[in-house]
Amino acid sequence: MEEKDKENNGSSGGTTRRQFLGQVGLAGAGLQLAPLLAKATGILPDNEALPIEPITVNIMINGSQKTLTIDTRVTLLDALREKLMMTGTKKGCDHGQCGACTVLVDGRRINSCLHLAAMCEGSEVTTIEGLAKGDDLHPMQAAFLKHDGFQCGYCTPGQICSAVGLVKEGRAKTDAEIRELMSGNICRCGAYQNILAAIKEVQNA
Amino acid sequence: MNESLGKPIDRVDGRLKVTGGATYAAEYKIKNLAYGAPVLSTITKGRVKNIDIQQAEKMPGVIGVMTSENCMMLHTPSGSDPGSGKFAEKDLLPLQNDRVLYGGQYIAVVVAETAEQAEQAAATIKVTYDEQKPVVGFEANFSTAYQPGSGLGGAKTQEKRGDADAAMQSAAFTTDETYTTPVYSHNAMEPHATIAEWNGDKLTVYDATQSVMGVQGLLSNILGIPKENTQVYALYIGGGFGSKGFTWANTLLAPMAAKQFNRPVKIELKRQQVFSAAGRRTQTQQKIGLGAGVDGKLTSIKHDTISETSFVDEFVETAGVATSMIYSSPNVEVKHSLVRLNRGTPCPMRAPGESVGMYALEVAMDEMANKLKMDPVQFRITNHSDMDEQKKKQFSSKYLKECYQRGAEAIGWSNRSAEPGMTKQGNLLVGYGVATATYPANRSASSAKATLFADGHAEILCGTQDIGTGTYTVMTQVAADAFGLPVDQVKVKLGDSSYPKGAQSGGSQVSASVGPPIRAAALGAVSKVVKMAIADEKSPLYGKKEEDIVVNSGRIQFKDHSNTSESFTDVLRRKGLDKVEAQAKTNVSTRQQQDAAPAPDGSPEAKIEAESKTNAAVQADEKTDRKDYVFHSFGAQFAKVLVDPDLGTIRVEKIASVMDIGTVMNLKTATNQIMGGILFGMGMALMEETKYDPNNGRIVTRDLAQYLVPVHADIPEIDVQFIEKPDPFISPIGARGIGEIGVTGMAAAIANAIYNATGKRVRDLPITPDKLIA
Amino acid sequence: MEPFRFVKAQDNLAAIRAAGINQAKFIAGGTNMLDLMKLNIETPKQVVDINKLSLYKIEELQNGGIRIGALVKNSDLSYNPYIIKNFPVLSEALLSGASPQLRNMATTGGNLMQRTRCPYFYNTDFACNKRVPGSGCAAITGYNRMNAILGTSDKCIATHPSDMCVAMAALGAIIHVQGPKGSRAIPFADFHLLPGQTPHIEHNLKQDELITHVEIPALPFAVKSYYLKVRDRASYEFALASAAVALDIQNGTINGARVALGGVGTKPWRSLEAERALIGAPANAQTYRTAANAALAEAKPHKDNAFKIELAKRTLVRALTTVEGMS
Repeated sequence: MEEKDKENNGSSGGTTRRQFLGQVGLAGAGLQLAPLLAKATGILPDNEALPIEPITVNIMINGSQKTLTIDTRVTLLDALREKLMMTGTKKGCDHGQCGACTVLVDGRRINSCLHLAAMCEGSEVTTIEGLAKGDDLHPMQAAFLKHDGFQCGYCTPGQICSAVGLVKEGRAKTDAEIRELMSGNICRCGAYQNILAAIKEVQNA
Repeated sequence: MNESLGKPIDRVDGRLKVTGGATYAAEYKIKNLAYGAPVLSTITKGRVKNIDIQQAEKMPGVIGVMTSENCMMLHTPSGSDPGSGKFAEKDLLPLQNDRVLYGGQYIAVVVAETAEQAEQAAATIKVTYDEQKPVVGFEANFSTAYQPGSGLGGAKTQEKRGDADAAMQSAAFTTDETYTTPVYSHNAMEPHATIAEWNGDKLTVYDATQSVMGVQGLLSNILGIPKENTQVYALYIGGGFGSKGFTWANTLLAPMAAKQFNRPVKIELKRQQVFSAAGRRTQTQQKIGLGAGVDGKLTSIKHDTISETSFVDEFVETAGVATSMIYSSPNVEVKHSLVRLNRGTPCPMRAPGESVGMYALEVAMDEMANKLKMDPVQFRITNHSDMDEQKKKQFSSKYLKECYQRGAEAIGWSNRSAEPGMTKQGNLLVGYGVATATYPANRSASSAKATLFADGHAEILCGTQDIGTGTYTVMTQVAADAFGLPVDQVKVKLGDSSYPKGAQSGGSQVSASVGPPIRAAALGAVSKVVKMAIADEKSPLYGKKEEDIVVNSGRIQFKDHSNTSESFTDVLRRKGLDKVEAQAKTNVSTRQQQDAAPAPDGSPEAKIEAESKTNAAVQADEKTDRKDYVFHSFGAQFAKVLVDPDLGTIRVEKIASVMDIGTVMNLKTATNQIMGGILFGMGMALMEETKYDPNNGRIVTRDLAQYLVPVHADIPEIDVQFIEKPDPFISPIGARGIGEIGVTGMAAAIANAIYNATGKRVRDLPITPDKLIA
Repeated sequence: MEPFRFVKAQDNLAAIRAAGINQAKFIAGGTNMLDLMKLNIETPKQVVDINKLSLYKIEELQNGGIRIGALVKNSDLSYNPYIIKNFPVLSEALLSGASPQLRNMATTGGNLMQRTRCPYFYNTDFACNKRVPGSGCAAITGYNRMNAILGTSDKCIATHPSDMCVAMAALGAIIHVQGPKGSRAIPFADFHLLPGQTPHIEHNLKQDELITHVEIPALPFAVKSYYLKVRDRASYEFALASAAVALDIQNGTINGARVALGGVGTKPWRSLEAERALIGAPANAQTYRTAANAALAEAKPHKDNAFKIELAKRTLVRALTTVEGMS
């Protein structure tokens, strides 16, 4: 799909970005009378009658600035998969119950399925696609490959991003601690023992 | 020459999988793609009176709503072509009428520009029903149980030898207990998904399936389009475990909607929808009666299973299928019966039959060993079957006794106290358990195409797929050895229905089925090159006999004279050829009832069959006399558990699993497969359970917070070992399948270990803390 | 999911103002809010992102207590050295909940607002008085293994799912909220409401009130405190039963006790009955069992969850025994 189509997919109505900003601006003007909001820099349209419009967000993804105009309902996960066609991040349950969608936001591992893209303004997101440096795999990717830390591969991007987050957090010292702190990533194929070996290798390197 | 086979090489698709580059069904970039959101029934039984789609149709982004009122008519799939795949619910093609036969059945599909819009519109659709009283509750409906015909692959559902009842009467020791297993859900990490795109009358489908060929056959059949106009891709599949073996309605609905709205359509199920609309393992009640003499020899085995199926298809969980062959006993009686409930249809789930059947039998064996005051390992060895006493045939190869012995050593069996509840580790009770594992070694007719390119690399095409099992990798190893090339010079391509027909990923059959034709096709291609060389005056091998030529690292050479050689490249370039191709089909089945019929004249299959007549490897393979043998894999599985006696919490501390699966093609992928089976067994034993509402029969636990699968913290130390003795009859490679056997003994080994720890025998899976403190 | 307007608040007052309109909801971590929105259980028309507010501080108070900003992430709170040293029960409760990813998202305020995981609440195809007042309760006659045995009513038996809240209930936390007319403090016990006849009203917070912080008052003996959670799998699961306890034992006698239970109540379940049974009694197994009996005296089981009565008692006894052993 071309870049142009993606943007069209991302907007729900026929409103252009200019119209959208115009409406928000109008609402903002009306709010200036409210003393409580005098300090608010982000203007809050608090009029129930206002139409619900797409939102524009700027997100740094794997070091590259992306600007998306999207339905407010789009999660970070769906923004990646459906709008940016970065399908490395997986959807397993869409409710924070499996960890397949794990990415790093501002350096921390989170479930991208429970995070609105609209909340990512100014965030730095690292996905599985952003870990390798050119042809050189990230050490965690290389270790997963070497230790066969996967079978079907569907939970793998989430496992690897989670493992990168875990090592950075530096709280898991023992096997039991690694296992506990990797429990937010379900591998139905059962490669857990190999995942443990991969993480230990990276930790000990 | 086996340069590569057996080596624990890294997965050839591994790099793509660790970088996010592997593309699963829902992930293809399709121009102008629209999104389909299913509307599922909210009643369990009845008829749809009205579907109000007016509001939905007017909503932003909505392209249309497909219902039984406006959708295309489908053709009932014919069962005659065994390669056509299996539609999971033959009497419930989607949206064809107004009947509702279970909760969560497809009622409509909303198609919109974005997923958010489609889902929102789907939620607004009001369906009114004529609701009828559904048949709910498994045990409550035992009075309606009936005896089904045959099971999967034609398996017999009623078996008998001797007089099991009479033998029970006269046995010195008897046990007669009832074991129950709940509904389990596969929960492959990738939810079922289909993208369909029409180009005129040609259909392209990207599907999460365990059988590209099956989906091609079914779509052609049900949509009424020629096979050659039906292209199916499944390059990467996010796990299946049986749930993607049969084809479910999503695979039909996407092309139906795409046709109706003239847009490519994607249907990606929500996790919640997967529970009701994409298969499950049936609930069972199994009564096992065992009779034994004072010498510990079994004199009678009775295995009576009741399972459930839907009103729209008949799926028999052949839980007793291994019971007639796994132990020696003169008297055996195996029965299966079915009740019909208003639930979605069950389907195979990792080791259909054996998973639940071996659980019940192996716990019963533990109970009998206790009665006999015999060591459970010794009891099993005492009753070892040297042949399949039901079919009266030899096993192709069997090293089960060695499995018991090595497994016992690995787990520390000598530390086990025969008396339950006697061993403590801190405040925790320690228990050890054992169970036998077994699964048939299936092989079916398959074909492949091999191409040697003039630049020195080679390619294999085979219409099977890799659902995570490692097929890409092990077949690269098989092909590399046959081509005489290093693995990095061989590219194996799978998951494409335009390739020669390969096996479906089910029944642990892929390696045994597609390995031989891949090997034969590669050897066939090499043979063509060799024939060119020895007939070519310019070749150093001119005039030599083909049988005196060996292949090594892309070169063909006269045996014993490594200097008398040339490369594939030299031969092909001299001939002005950019490649040489060979196809092979091995028409071998380990299930006699499934022998494939010859392909129709003029079909691509027929061409491959004709070429195979001159392929020496195929001929040798097909000539192997297999009639006198049955093919099974075996293993012994051991568990060590720690139980908190006050809280009832169970911690599996160690698993040891020793498997006799013939040749191990790749130790890394093979070990991983067995660990996967172990994980399924752990989940089955300790936590997994799909619950239905007792009042209306709809699924209550339908997400991964309520349906528990093992997480990383549950996983013990796992020791997987293999006997590594090739099966001399199954194929020239000697490898039997491995996907399912790992689960078959695991639940029982854990259940037996819990009994050994606590003295409590819980016969109702899963064994959760509440049952242990009761 | 229903469409909504997304607004980002830059300060408390703006957030409160934006939440004042009909069907507005705050979003912080989003781990439960977005989860429920995807299932059409929460259908806000305006979502107010409060992540820019300055509510991220954890401040030690002069008197030994601690003040936790509403936006402090569960992971940051659980690993805070002062919490680990002085209120280990809170750290342990947090770490027993959810997964590292979710704890990196979920906030202190959001955790207080967490809604039940009753499967019937989570499925709009079933009757649920909490979701649709007056529609009935499918759980009472349905599959109710995970449901509550304490604080239930004939309208609702939904379990409160939070672990953090159980620890906070034991510690007697105070919830500070800010509304259009100023701020107020709500004692923890008064924050969550029993279902009674109105299970859809779950807490004492007004539509436009914002949780700003939670105060844990000084409790010197909480240095010996403990959270025990019993569940079917080892991690990433809600409790079958849990207990948060702190004991002040002097010369074998219990001078002070805090007890709260999780996984069994319709709200985080502080048991004053158990505390009364403990205080003044000798620190021994018999006392603990008496306290456990007192805590569960009013328990009312349903078809599938009677086991929780005994399991909760044993969980509490084990937790008390464990704290006794921390000398």
